[in-house]
Amino acid sequence: MKALVFERAVARFAAARVAATLRGSGHGAAAGPLRMVDADQPDLPGPAWGRVRPLLAGICGSDLATVDGASSRYFEEMVSFPFVPGHEVVGTLEQPPDGSPLAAGSRVVIEPVIGCVPRGVEPPCPACAAGDTGACQHLAVGHLSPGLQIGYCADTGGGWSAAGLVAHASQLHAVPDGLSDEDAVMVEPTACAVHGALAAEVADGACVAVLGAGTLGLATVAALRRLSDPGQLLVGARYPHQRSLALELGADRAVEPDQLDRSVRRATRSLRLAGQVTAGADVVVDCVGSSASLAASLAMVRPRGRVVLVGMPGRLHVDLAPLWHRQVTLAGTYAYGLEAGGRRTFDLAFDVVAAAGLGRLVSARYPLERYAEALAHAGAAGRRGAVKIVFEPGQRPPRQVPPDERAPRTVASGAPRPAGGRSGAGGTRRSGTRKGRTP
Amino acid sequence: MSPRPGYVLEVDRSTPPTLFWHGEGYRLERLPQGSRVVYAPEPIEPLADPVAAVRHALDHPLGDSQPLRSLLRPGMRLTIAFDDVSLPLPPMRRPDNRQLVIEQVLDLAAEAGVDDVVLIAALALHRRMTEAELRHALGDRIYDAFAPHGLLRQHDAEDPSELVHLGTTDQGEDVELSRRAAESDLLVYVNINLVAMDGGHKSVATGLASYRSLRHHHNAHTMRHSRSFMDQHRSELHSSNWRMGRLIAASGVRVFQIETTLNNDAFPEQFRFLQRREWEWSARDRAAFVASSAALARTPARLARSVLHGIAGPHRMTSVQAGEVEAVHAVTTGHVHAQQLVEVDGQSDVLTMGLPYISPYNVNSIMNPILVACLGLGYFFNLYRGRPLVREGGVLIMSHPTRKAFHPGHHPSYIDFYEEILAETTDPAEIHKWEEAFATDPWYVHLYRTGHAYHGVHPFYMWYWCAHALDHLGAVVVVGGEPSTVRRLGFRPASTLADALEIAADVVGPSPSVTHLHAPPLMIADVR
Repeated sequence: MKALVFERAVARFAAARVAATLRGSGHGAAAGPLRMVDADQPDLPGPAWGRVRPLLAGICGSDLATVDGASSRYFEEMVSFPFVPGHEVVGTLEQPPDGSPLAAGSRVVIEPVIGCVPRGVEPPCPACAAGDTGACQHLAVGHLSPGLQIGYCADTGGGWSAAGLVAHASQLHAVPDGLSDEDAVMVEPTACAVHGALAAEVADGACVAVLGAGTLGLATVAALRRLSDPGQLLVGARYPHQRSLALELGADRAVEPDQLDRSVRRATRSLRLAGQVTAGADVVVDCVGSSASLAASLAMVRPRGRVVLVGMPGRLHVDLAPLWHRQVTLAGTYAYGLEAGGRRTFDLAFDVVAAAGLGRLVSARYPLERYAEALAHAGAAGRRGAVKIVFEPGQRPPRQVPPDERAPRTVASGAPRPAGGRSGAGGTRRSGTRKGRTP
Repeated sequence: MSPRPGYVLEVDRSTPPTLFWHGEGYRLERLPQGSRVVYAPEPIEPLADPVAAVRHALDHPLGDSQPLRSLLRPGMRLTIAFDDVSLPLPPMRRPDNRQLVIEQVLDLAAEAGVDDVVLIAALALHRRMTEAELRHALGDRIYDAFAPHGLLRQHDAEDPSELVHLGTTDQGEDVELSRRAAESDLLVYVNINLVAMDGGHKSVATGLASYRSLRHHHNAHTMRHSRSFMDQHRSELHSSNWRMGRLIAASGVRVFQIETTLNNDAFPEQFRFLQRREWEWSARDRAAFVASSAALARTPARLARSVLHGIAGPHRMTSVQAGEVEAVHAVTTGHVHAQQLVEVDGQSDVLTMGLPYISPYNVNSIMNPILVACLGLGYFFNLYRGRPLVREGGVLIMSHPTRKAFHPGHHPSYIDFYEEILAETTDPAEIHKWEEAFATDPWYVHLYRTGHAYHGVHPFYMWYWCAHALDHLGAVVVVGGEPSTVRRLGFRPASTLADALEIAADVVGPSPSVTHLHAPPLMIADVR
């Protein structure tokens, strides 16, 4: 069965980086360590594990960073090679774990973080004991190879595989019948957004600015609107379809990213001083994770306000003088777990996906064989009028497709489409607005 | 030889191409045969001795006013207010009318022993003038005598201590005015009446007022009922200002109004072809057109802007009258009409115009997209008496590059207005709900008071200025504008005039009648 495998190959890492630099995000696939192989099903690590055949598997910003050789080296010891990428997965449970209430054939979403429980670490770390798996620090111990998530671990497989993957019982969530596959594949990124939205600690009536409106930014807007009660929810979005979607999902105002500080200033009736909005937003959620976006976030948050990093940053160069002088709290948020109030982040994410209809963000589906095109599309999603690109691992490409008809399968008819979407639309890249990433 | 009156040309096969302004440049366009081109009257003769004319006007006031010298006495408080940088267009060569008038008012005040004299630039909610602009308007002698002592001020409509509420009109309109002006023993107002909209009670009631007052007539409702605001007898804008002016007078504020008019000799010799009829262009005119249009086309917009804003118009004073406001303004309006009225027989389906680099609100600045809309749909569309040049449901075609470019120091709130308000709606009535938030925004207030920024509410006023045209027209097409910017304004972009006429035909039907307003120089189409 076909699967995409990412191998440790230093020279190909460098080639991927060069290709992505020259041709744009996603183009590292053509030159880098990612390749298609015939793969067997991974072995079950234990009786509490089940087999899942992916139906849809998303391409995340962190996947693109990996494929392009642009990931932070911080993660080097938290992955094991070769691994099958793909952690945003909805699939069919082919073999339930022993004792699982889930029936074979049921649809499931994977909660990919591999914490103490899947690793068989006894006793679990305090975070895992409390159910806060995103804070687990035992990501490289236990009976499994290192890997912070399914999709980065050599033993589990990943979503970009027709052969399937294995997941621990604690990582399986049943998909309600009313939820489409497109909705379901959005649950994992939405869980990241939910976790970020709750980490923002938005007080009722607060002014909240969200910078970035890729998948993560838009899901964050949906989560903020449904899980808190901001007085003003302002979004900086680079592309027209992103601005339309942000408004549909609950933003009060959606503007181009370089106009967001102006909107914040107006909403808070601030003055300006030293390039900063003097009052500013109570909370800024940075769903980009670049030096420019973090600097912009610090420039528009109020003194003693909160900047929440939802998009995965790498090595950044930012003047932190305003953070120090204005006594701003900078909060990182990774993944998900247990939220205040005792609900699991994934449970909240299911609710947000259903309420907001986030399946609409899935713009195109590709068979695995066309992975290079899929990753290039994902890397240019914004300027091509798309949001979320997914693989359909069970789907085989048609034979002898004429070149001019080689369009990806789009979302099933009747499903909402992103407004203003124009596949293939051109554009230029600007710093500070690249797609947000979550591992 | 006396100057020729305005003229309406019917385009035929022998008609040369017609000059269209296009921002910081101009083009020659071929209009369809049968189109009409409306040309302004030629410049009328200026006053041979404007100094003597001013002195005569001050000594022989109109209405029930006494001569100025008899109103001046030692120990009195005298305030002289004057029009700001928005007039005239282009700025006139020195000496400016304001300098010619104010020097003589000051001479009379000195003769009478008046030593409490303050000059105030009547900005309303416009930007503060720079020192260079004040020196240009008033002359160095006045500037150096008053400015160093704090006696040359710029109206601050956001300084509560400098405002006084005089009451409300019978229509419930607040009248809030400069305290210094209102509490002076005599307020002398010195204007330049470039177009028929200017002057009269509008000088004081608008120029020295606050947002609290202005909001009563600077709104979509008023502008929709000002048909046109160049015709004070059919202008709700003027009705409101007249009510306020009469309340100001009834409150005991004594106003001595001095109004001046200019001929429309707007461009210096090297640009004289801009105000000549194309079939009368000399070889020198044609050479000047070719050379200057080619040079401007190759010049970066910023440099071209700098060159064009450096033009000082040779227009000169054609009349000066002083005394009681309404009596003065009636005579002034007659002089404006004598220079600018052009009889036009009937309306057309399509009105075309080329928009130049300058409007009242971007002197020494950038013509941003909102000002483009205001110049076309506000000012030029309203250059009529009787009926608009274009029929109801017709199409207005404007030629202008319409770039998304703003002067951040002069027009900060315009940027937010463009990005946030026009992104949601272009309906002048609907935008009202955001008006107060902009008007009271503390950052805009700060920039208006301490920098050179137009007031936060000003872009709303510019859009209200378009209200009558937007109601009246079936579509607005911009030739040669940035498509995305043109669409943000709610207009339709076209690459060429031919494309624009095709778009217009879709709205008004095939073979539309076309009228081209060949302005500047400015004129008023008296549409029968």
